[in-house]
Amino acid sequence: MMYGVSQLGYLVASALFVFALHWMNTPATARKGVYAGVAGTAMAVIVTWAEPSVIHHFWIIGAIVAGFVVGIPLSKVPLTAVPQRTALSHAFGGAAAGLVGTAEFYLRLSEGAEALSSFRMVALIAEVLLGYLTLTGSLMAAGKLQEVKWVPQRPVTYPFQNLSNLLLFGAGIALAIAITLHPTAPWAPLAFAGVIVLSLLFGILLIIPIGGADMPTVIAILNSYAGLSAVAMGFVLDNKLLITAGALDGSSGLILAIIMCKAMNRSFTNVLFGAFGQVKQVKATGEEQVYKPETPEGAAQVLEQANLVVIIPGYGMAVAQAQHKVRELYDQLKKRGITVKFAIHPVAGRMPGHMNVLLAEADIPYTDLVEMDEINPDMPQVDVALVIGANDVVNPAARTDKTSPIFGMPIIDADKARSVFAIKRSKNPGFAGIDNQLYFSDRTWMLFGDAKNVIGELVKQLAGSGMH
Amino acid sequence: MDFWPTLYVFVLASFIGLGVIRRVSRLLHTPLMSLTNAISAIAVVGSILVTGGDYPLRIRILGAIALFASMTNIVSGFLITDRMLKMFKTDKRGEGNPT
Repeated sequence: MMYGVSQLGYLVASALFVFALHWMNTPATARKGVYAGVAGTAMAVIVTWAEPSVIHHFWIIGAIVAGFVVGIPLSKVPLTAVPQRTALSHAFGGAAAGLVGTAEFYLRLSEGAEALSSFRMVALIAEVLLGYLTLTGSLMAAGKLQEVKWVPQRPVTYPFQNLSNLLLFGAGIALAIAITLHPTAPWAPLAFAGVIVLSLLFGILLIIPIGGADMPTVIAILNSYAGLSAVAMGFVLDNKLLITAGALDGSSGLILAIIMCKAMNRSFTNVLFGAFGQVKQVKATGEEQVYKPETPEGAAQVLEQANLVVIIPGYGMAVAQAQHKVRELYDQLKKRGITVKFAIHPVAGRMPGHMNVLLAEADIPYTDLVEMDEINPDMPQVDVALVIGANDVVNPAARTDKTSPIFGMPIIDADKARSVFAIKRSKNPGFAGIDNQLYFSDRTWMLFGDAKNVIGELVKQLAGSGMH
Repeated sequence: MDFWPTLYVFVLASFIGLGVIRRVSRLLHTPLMSLTNAISAIAVVGSILVTGGDYPLRIRILGAIALFASMTNIVSGFLITDRMLKMFKTDKRGEGNPT
């Protein structure tokens, strides 16, 4: 009887989760998706808690209260910090899977060999491997995104990096096979501990050679791992809800990672093992090229004359927290009857969809946020393209220069607009260290300075000129 | 243990996931990530069983930490997803507050 009730609860929860994701297909229904997710989770928690084998209720209450105490502040971080919060939550998800896997192994060990069938052992090791790897990998990613002092920002590479990682991975697999074949051997608990240590190490080694520009892909991959570790837990516990929910998460991370890779014209292996940052020592071109700097006054005058303005935001906008100023600029231009669109590159920012959330926070209607593929055919009709802290995603070298490391990457064709203003913090090349020909085009004028200040100046100019 | 049914569930659920996620609006990829994160914190089920069961203390401690981690993800994941989704509006400004 009890079994039927709990299985029914899990089944309904699975269906609710599918609906939750389904409703995410448009912003209009998306919030319903959250409610469905909450309902499914609540149902699963209640049904599990009611299991007769669960007797230590105070422990559960204590852990749940602690989860609320930490979870509520974590949900209130500024939206510019969302990438690192997301990475951190992947770490928590990985930790949960790893810890439950560890507990399960040592529990079953005391129950004898039949509790540790080969299938269950494979699932357990997958759970522990993915769980702990996601834990340390995501912590490293969060550290890089938060720019924590002792986490290196630039990709760290050393000789034979891939080879030594591979050897280490081989050692882990060998240990895993040995435990699967002899789960009750006297050395098995020690070998299992070895797998845990190696998994924790992998997570770190996997992330240190990866640079900031690749973070959207890496976060998506870690998302996928966190989901797959939940799947593995489902196999261990023979729980189909865990498998379903984990598979949904795993495929979501996979799709996002594929979209990110496509948007950079790179493969998974290249992102994970390519050490993007190191190839970047591009030789200086023969002739010295010069920027044409412009003042906010001049830029404001050009903007006023425009009919169609396209704003192309990048990570620089997030760093400068400029989204609210951008909104003021948007209002000023709209007031003059100018059409303003935002062109969003899939990898702009540090996680999938990063720019959309920041602009939505600043109250810019999502109907004015346009995807790269949609805006590109219209770019030649654009009077002013305003690039705010974006670099590689508007670099025409991706189309023309076969020697460029970003060659082949789809970009927003800012260079085809009638005129371009680019706001840039400094005269140094961007994160990837690649020179951007767009800045030297005869249609481009540079506005040097912090994005927030520069846009603030633009707004002031426009507001001032509106008075007389 | 017969593991074939669970493998079926995994493969079919993955296909459903791929089909559903592919249709998610690109605008919402960040909230999507925090939502799936909260959903995959369904590992809470395993954590409750380990924490609440009649097991040795050290096992239950592992379970309690896992339960804490999952619960944190559930709470912060759903809350921040909703917070972000609330911000996505069409152009209704000037017509009073839509909510």
